[in-house]
Amino acid sequence: MNQEQPVISVTRVSRAFGSKTVLKDISLQVNRAETFGLLGPSGSGKTTLVKLLTGIDEVSSGEVQVMGVRMPKLTMLQQIGYMAQSDALYTELSAKENLEFFAALYGLRGGNRTRRIGDVMELVNLQEHLRKRVDQYSGGMKRRLSLAIALLHEPPLLILDEPTVGIDPLLRQSIWKELRSLNNQGTTIVLTTHVMDEAEKCDRLGMIRDGKLLAADTPAGLMQATGSATIEEAFVTYGGGRK
Amino acid sequence: MRIRAITLRILRQFIHDKRTMALMFIAPLLVLSLMSLVFNSNAYKPNIGVSGAAAVFSPALEAQDAAVTSFTTTEQGEAALRDSSIDAFVTVEGNAPSVILEGSNPAATRAAMQVLREAVLQLQPAASVTGLIQPSVSYMYGAEDMTTIDRFGPIMIGVFVFFFVFLIAGVSFLRERTTGTLERLLSTPLKRWEIVLGYVGGFGIFTVVQALLISWFSVHMLGIMMAGSFGYVLLITLLLAITALTLGTLLSAFAGNELQMIQFIPLVIVPQIFLSGLFPLDTLPLWLQRTGLATPIYYGAQALMDIMIRGKGWSSIALDAYVLVGFSLLFMVLNVLALRKHRRM
Ligand SMILES: Nc1ncnc2c1ncn2[C@@H]1O[C@H](COP(=O)(O)OP(=O)(O)OP(=O)(O)O)[C@@H](O)[C@H]1O
Ligand SMILES: [Mg+2]
Repeated sequence: MNQEQPVISVTRVSRAFGSKTVLKDISLQVNRAETFGLLGPSGSGKTTLVKLLTGIDEVSSGEVQVMGVRMPKLTMLQQIGYMAQSDALYTELSAKENLEFFAALYGLRGGNRTRRIGDVMELVNLQEHLRKRVDQYSGGMKRRLSLAIALLHEPPLLILDEPTVGIDPLLRQSIWKELRSLNNQGTTIVLTTHVMDEAEKCDRLGMIRDGKLLAADTPAGLMQATGSATIEEAFVTYGGGRK
Repeated sequence: MRIRAITLRILRQFIHDKRTMALMFIAPLLVLSLMSLVFNSNAYKPNIGVSGAAAVFSPALEAQDAAVTSFTTTEQGEAALRDSSIDAFVTVEGNAPSVILEGSNPAATRAAMQVLREAVLQLQPAASVTGLIQPSVSYMYGAEDMTTIDRFGPIMIGVFVFFFVFLIAGVSFLRERTTGTLERLLSTPLKRWEIVLGYVGGFGIFTVVQALLISWFSVHMLGIMMAGSFGYVLLITLLLAITALTLGTLLSAFAGNELQMIQFIPLVIVPQIFLSGLFPLDTLPLWLQRTGLATPIYYGAQALMDIMIRGKGWSSIALDAYVLVGFSLLFMVLNVLALRKHRRM
């Protein structure tokens, strides 16, 4: 694939539920091997945008392209690893059974499957709890298992909806390190957050409020443009400037 | 491969959920056993009061296992009737015997009338001497000792399979939607029809085991009549289960939670039971009889009765089987379409 071509390109996208417009005229691009953060308050439309990127949902107007293919497109789903905001796990099954199930859906089999399951569980530090039933997991453990499932089939594009909610700082740090090393291997990551210090770690940041993209730039660029010392200040300035 | 993954996952969920397993396997056996006890219990023995000249009937009544109580006055007998300690009271006024029945329990009334008719016949041997020819009786289907449970059994097997599969499949699909796993499934390259077939696979395998157990238990433990082939019984129950499964998952789209799924029982299951042939349909208004023709359990019950009571083969049940296949295919297609609501591709 052409290095210059963005992995995700969103062009003038709106999404309405009935008469309520949740996303308004959003355009943005995500480049290969970067971590792009979507920052915004609760209800601003982050999850809605993310679902458009994964192809589960469809735009009302505008266009979403992933790797040059117009979404939604079934074959593109193999290229995407998605972690939903709510843990979509089968709680009556063990972690291993959950992983095996999703691995099979992505076409992993045999030794490769076993190896990948071991790898991702080690990555989220759950290897000792592989055989435990998910209903005996804590909230943070479930979150980590969801992340592990998203990483399972080594997708070139990772879309993570609030991946680190409920995960302790130490583990959060090690997960960020892993995401970074995935970046280095060429994986593109889009994630949503409303934690400011996490937002600072992203290569580039999109600020969303009330369904509008206020700005998209590097954290440093955003702070510079608004003359603020922190991302939080920059966010407030952008939000206030809109009024 | 992906279909197999869903099938395997559903089976694993069943294995982990011991209570649901018990419900699907043990509950039908329990209810069937209970039904068989109720319907198979020995014939009711009426308690008959006599007074005065009616005492001549006593030997004939006692010969039929009825309990006979003698009263010296008519008033005593009527008092006994009033407090329900006897089922019928016989007196003789003039030449003709007169009977008062307690009458509040149809089964007791029928039993009392039966023994009284027999007793009267025995006391009038003249009638048989004049050459009343005893008809010779034989049975086309069933047998002389066929009981109510033999008739209900095949229908109830169909009803149970349908009921449990409908409810459990509907609830598991509903949960899949409300817990977000459905959305997660739809974010994988899984096709919509693969989800539907995966469900059919998982529940299909499970139902074969369930149907085997219920049929085996009914025939060998409860001694319900089984004139035909076991294989056909399994085939029909499997088809009925797939219809129930696909209808359950389809209707779960219209339920917001488990309780709302249960609300479908009086709407979808109970009317079907009434129209299934459990009760004679001939007396119903025509439009209601026709409605029965649109319900899956009706066809399942007809076929199961043909196999188990009448011992018929494929040619008789083929139409029922095809109709069930048709229902299943229709519901499957509707399921695939209903999933479009969640993902268009
Ligand atoms: N299916 C839907 N039908 C109607 N409105 C919806 C639907 N999904 C989302 N919305 C609305 O869209 C808006 C944005 O929701 P969204 O879930 O995208 O927010 P979010 O930024 O992810 O919030 P949070 O940080 O709390 O997860 C909300 O006002 C929500 O009520
Ligand atoms: Mg959200």
